[in-house]
Amino acid sequence: MIISVASGKGGTGKTTVTASLSAVWDAPLLAVDLDVEEPNLHLFLHPEPAPPIKAWMEVPELNADKCTLCRDCVELCQFKALSIMISSLTLYPDMCHGCGGCIAICEQHALRPGKRELGVMYQSRAGKINFLMGTLRVGEAMSPPFIEQVKKRALKTIRETKQDVIVDAPPGVSCPAIASVIDSDVIVLVTDATPFGLYDFKLAWKSFSPLGKPMGAVINRAGLGTRHIYDFCREKNIPLLAEIPFDRSIAEAYSQGRIITDVSGELKAIFSSLREKIRALGSTTPPKEVDHA
Amino acid sequence: MREILIISGKGGTGKTSLTAAFAHLADNKIICDLDVDTPDLHLLLQPRHERVMEFHAGNEAQIEQDGCTGCGTCEEMCRFNAISQRDGVYSVDTLRCEGCKVCVAFCPEQTILFPEKYCGTWYRSSTRFGTMVHAQLFPGEENSGRLVTLLRQEARKIALENNIDLILSDGAPGVGCPVISSLSGAHCAVLVTEPTPSGRHDLERVATLCDHFRIRAGVIINKADINPDEARIIEQYCREKDYPLLAQLPHDPVITEAMVKARAVTELGETEIGKSIRQAWKKIEQFAG
Repeated sequence: MIISVASGKGGTGKTTVTASLSAVWDAPLLAVDLDVEEPNLHLFLHPEPAPPIKAWMEVPELNADKCTLCRDCVELCQFKALSIMISSLTLYPDMCHGCGGCIAICEQHALRPGKRELGVMYQSRAGKINFLMGTLRVGEAMSPPFIEQVKKRALKTIRETKQDVIVDAPPGVSCPAIASVIDSDVIVLVTDATPFGLYDFKLAWKSFSPLGKPMGAVINRAGLGTRHIYDFCREKNIPLLAEIPFDRSIAEAYSQGRIITDVSGELKAIFSSLREKIRALGSTTPPKEVDHA
Repeated sequence: MREILIISGKGGTGKTSLTAAFAHLADNKIICDLDVDTPDLHLLLQPRHERVMEFHAGNEAQIEQDGCTGCGTCEEMCRFNAISQRDGVYSVDTLRCEGCKVCVAFCPEQTILFPEKYCGTWYRSSTRFGTMVHAQLFPGEENSGRLVTLLRQEARKIALENNIDLILSDGAPGVGCPVISSLSGAHCAVLVTEPTPSGRHDLERVATLCDHFRIRAGVIINKADINPDEARIIEQYCREKDYPLLAQLPHDPVITEAMVKARAVTELGETEIGKSIRQAWKKIEQFAG
């Protein structure tokens, strides 16, 4: 089973939930950090050091001698990654989305595959847990192609070892978040009950509903904010999987890089119960209702 | 014209609550919410929409079934696994389509359409603190970077027309596409962090991004009393890297109270954190120059 821990709003506790759930998971597990812009899971799971694995994306390289300035590539490219300046073709590899169109369309074979570094992956172990993370190169704008590569590696790993996967997804509801959750079996949405949390939770629910996956909610810092989130979950039939109480000792434990299941027996029980509810949710058929409002 | 961008790397550090407070304190400014994916600033500023505009960007492939012979060229050429075949019928998964046009260009039957995408809505609004430009990308959409660029252009235009010399912008979390679009050419950035391992880790990445684009960055440590040791490590980091420390703010539930009341925290009368935020804003104004 692949479980994605996602949220609309950042800072609601995705990583806390991912780390705690990983700690109480009682079957072979691969924990994957797909929040490649700001990966944090390793700060809590403390994986063993591992050699970096570089990830690349194909971008065109020019052999200017062969270029006849026919403009076919410039006209095809939707991302302004090539242009003709004065009398030469100029490439902007940072703008390239790696579609391969320019290379395929060039009849003169003046363009050939080159590469741009997207980021670095690390794969190792954290105790019993298999661990995989991606770190986007700072300055790289495009996280989705990198997320795809980390995911590909994760899927290959579980094909060989048949383990469950828990994914720490990036915040938001646009392309990086969708790319992260699209191949999972269950989506766990973490939110708090503040107005910001509620607004972004609704956006996340709207974005992920068309994927047709079972979804459930975890309310973090319960007791802070309002009751509206509970009403919304009831109205939309979103199962409430767990509530994590608002407690300064949890915030302090988090600030020390500790997994919060170590804070109290009560918290450990909350996450053990969450584990079972996720398993049950994973074996249900997803709701058919989709809000188009 | 000065453009001050509030960002954080990590989400949930307090960017938006602080931006609302600064919007309350600053004179003569345009307010801009550059988190077009999960915008929240409007929840505090309660804008009245004066102009509502559609945001169109990019295109998306659509296979016209009548002309399709099922040759499979499109599926073969697509690098984004957006085209699949079921019972001999080829179709495009719009969530995966990158809008690159490769399938359109190589379809031997020329039977793939490429309509423009309607990706979101943007607004020019009035608020109790002044004009605000903001947007909402449709859930699951792409092109957030282009929408950010459009909002910034609009903000600059309004500022020029009205003799306003400050644009105050709330940014998105992360270091990717929308943040890069927010940063390039900004006057300075205020990085809001928290004293946790994640806060520090993400601060370092977003600060590196600012250096990369040669944008001056100052730092606010929010919720500083949650872990004073970690706060000191961040302080030390700022000293070494020459990022001015603009404020250390306490963890205060009044921030949530203000959110529930749809107010900036500085509007709630005299509070300790309100006082600290006023001082922080003075420092930011000096820093922005």
